[in-house]
Amino acid sequence: MLAFIVQRLLQAIVVMFVVALISFSLFRYVGDPVNNMLGQDSSTEQRELLRERLGLNDPVPVQFFHYVGNALQGDFGLSYRMGKPVDELIAKRLPATIELVAVSAVLALLFGVPMGVYTGLNRNSWLSRSLLTVSLVGISLPTFVIGILMILVFGVWLGWLPTFGRGGVVDLGVWQTSLLTLQGWSHILMPAITLALFQLTLIMRLVRAEMLEVLRTDYIKFARARGLRNQAINYGHALKNTLVPVITIMGLQIGSLLAFSIITETVFAWPGMGLLFLQGIQFVDIPVMSSYLVLMALFFVIINLTVDLLYYAVDPRLRSQHVGGAAH
Amino acid sequence: MRLTRFIPVAAAAIAAVLATGVDANAKTFRYATTGDILGLDPHANNEGPTNTMKANIYGRLIHRKPDLTLAPDLATSWERKSDTVWRFKLRSGVTFHNGNSFNADDVVYSFKRQSQPASSMAFALSSVEDLRKVDDLTVEIVTKGPDPILLLNMPIFYIVDKEYMEANNATEVLDVAGSTNYANLNANGTGPFKLVEWVQDNRIVLEPFDKYWDKANLETNVTKAVFTPIPNNATRVAALLSGEIDLMYPVPLQDVPRLNGDPNVEVLQGPELRTIFLGFDHWRDELLDMPGTGKNPFKDVRVRKAFAHAIDTKAIQRVVMRGASTPTGLMIAPGINGFAEDMNTPYAFNPDMSKKLLADAGYGDGFPITFDCPNDRYVNDEAICTSIVPMLERIGIKVTLNAQTKSLHFNKIGKPEGNNTSFYMLGWTPGSYDAYNPLQNLMTMEGAGHGTWNSGRYSNPEVEKLTGMIAVTVDDAKRNELIRKAFKIHQDDVGHITLHQQALAWGSRSDTVAKVWQRPFNDVDLRYVTMK
Repeated sequence: MLAFIVQRLLQAIVVMFVVALISFSLFRYVGDPVNNMLGQDSSTEQRELLRERLGLNDPVPVQFFHYVGNALQGDFGLSYRMGKPVDELIAKRLPATIELVAVSAVLALLFGVPMGVYTGLNRNSWLSRSLLTVSLVGISLPTFVIGILMILVFGVWLGWLPTFGRGGVVDLGVWQTSLLTLQGWSHILMPAITLALFQLTLIMRLVRAEMLEVLRTDYIKFARARGLRNQAINYGHALKNTLVPVITIMGLQIGSLLAFSIITETVFAWPGMGLLFLQGIQFVDIPVMSSYLVLMALFFVIINLTVDLLYYAVDPRLRSQHVGGAAH
Repeated sequence: MRLTRFIPVAAAAIAAVLATGVDANAKTFRYATTGDILGLDPHANNEGPTNTMKANIYGRLIHRKPDLTLAPDLATSWERKSDTVWRFKLRSGVTFHNGNSFNADDVVYSFKRQSQPASSMAFALSSVEDLRKVDDLTVEIVTKGPDPILLLNMPIFYIVDKEYMEANNATEVLDVAGSTNYANLNANGTGPFKLVEWVQDNRIVLEPFDKYWDKANLETNVTKAVFTPIPNNATRVAALLSGEIDLMYPVPLQDVPRLNGDPNVEVLQGPELRTIFLGFDHWRDELLDMPGTGKNPFKDVRVRKAFAHAIDTKAIQRVVMRGASTPTGLMIAPGINGFAEDMNTPYAFNPDMSKKLLADAGYGDGFPITFDCPNDRYVNDEAICTSIVPMLERIGIKVTLNAQTKSLHFNKIGKPEGNNTSFYMLGWTPGSYDAYNPLQNLMTMEGAGHGTWNSGRYSNPEVEKLTGMIAVTVDDAKRNELIRKAFKIHQDDVGHITLHQQALAWGSRSDTVAKVWQRPFNDVDLRYVTMK
């Protein structure tokens, strides 16, 4: 067990290092940040001075090792655009993104699973057919189109929901939440649904396919033969067995929810990390960009590590390998 | 158990609803643009939108009104004592937002602070040798030589409170990048609005300052202003249509008809001070795209003329800009000191003449060029360049378009890559509102600080000489005559091809906003916003 974890952790460190290296070298090609920092009127000497001070004249490997060295000590540098520490900026934006992603994930599960069960059980009802057809929209339309359509319908035409930003924020000290007020919920609803739609569709289809699969198995037939009630069979036996892959997929999808949130955050002007990253790109704010990518890589690594460990806990076959073939 | 957990949540919800209740007399003005300000330190951050926000909060000796004329602000009057000495009488009874009173010491302190090398705003005072206190309400500015445009720079000389800055240890101006200080996150000025809150990338909240010295004559009736950056165009348009904001800019050109179709929304359009133009490689002996030939066709004025007459600025205005531009023939816009209406005719569109000129110059079969263009800097910049390509191909030029993001574009055509371009697009707004600025930055090479963005290194001895004289001529009529001469030579030379001034497009709610002045700097001065 310990060896397994250590092995995974070592792999994770290598992944993190490679991501940092790749992102850092990519950013050499996004342009010169000095152009954005100083006005057009600034002199050549001013530019040169600033380049020197920011260490932009050092060779790339030197810059990279400075960056990694500082990052290991928890110092991600100062944002070029705002002059504030990057970790502080990210810490400020993190709650907004996490809340958005959490609400989306809950929405996707809350609606996706029952819809999947229903469409699996009632394959031929008109509701199942229409749910399946409509869910194609969730899969095939890009997030930003859905977002803009929702803004148009619920924000502009109907005027029910605010079209942008995060409101009704309550400061809890370390965490600023918008989930405690009605106003906060009215702001989060549209972006969360936009972000959830793809995952919802995915979960619904996954649960449906798994349900169809499981319902055909022998133990369901035996359960029916024993005369168990339909409810007990469908929810007690069938659904439970479909949820293992759903949980795995959902775990992995939380990573992509974080990644997709860049687009959703831009469309809804949601002040999260995705927006920070995008503005970082426009401004060639290298410390913000590389820190964001490293952080995202860290999230993915942690999620994957957790999933791996869950497998280890759930699947007895993984454990038996280490016992050695003798058991069989 | 469940109920007790619910109570604080419900209480918070009710509190939030109550907090957003509307006061009948409140006139909240909510406006949005693409990005946030860079910072609040008035002496750092030289950027258009940031400077506007600073002007709402900070006073200057002289204020620039929406029609670009100068009006007294913290100085009540000024006079020239000699060619190099100006005397300013200061206003008495002015207080800063924190209650401190304003006097000559603050002006002297502000001069010293804004003149620090690290200050991005130091250029506004570069001609000033010294600023000295005469008495508590009088100062004198001594310039290094005769400076005809000193007053034009005064609206970007921001006055801060000496005691406040010193108390907060913010005397030293820090570079914008990678560092910040108290003054960049807080503000204390003498302007009509005071800062309530700045949540970066989220909102800036301003409220009128009760003790503003000119409160009685202030045009605005806004009791609270909320500025929100909304980067996405579609979201910004939607927020305006749904009435969540009262004004936003820029309006994407394709949305102008749609916004005009809404009875509660009005689109305000007017010319901006920025001139968009094209430039040639005037200096290389061999064009970058013609290696081995030893030729640079752009050294021949006939070739440059051929290019100028091949570009149909009216078609660009009609098709690409959807009418939202003013084709021009001068490097400066109306409103800039030195502008002459009679010289502002664009080069006539005449491709046949272009072909003949090319043939005369020995390039009847054309030649290849790479056309450098930004794609996220000016209004429809890439589309303009794309439309110019076939216009040039029509006269036989083989054009490769290289459109890229602004930070790469400016690097390529600018100093970092040694003006690595043969043919490029650039736009310019003179920061001083005077013709000397483009002459110095774009149209000459000789002397310190000249030719910063003269990417084609255009240099004509006559223009160089005239520019030197313009810098020190104090007499207005004489000076304008010199400016006229310099621009005429540049025009005959086809030093650059001027395209147009892009138009500003703002969207405003006609049901809430009574009047707003659209100034040609594409910014909102809250002094001139009136709500219904």
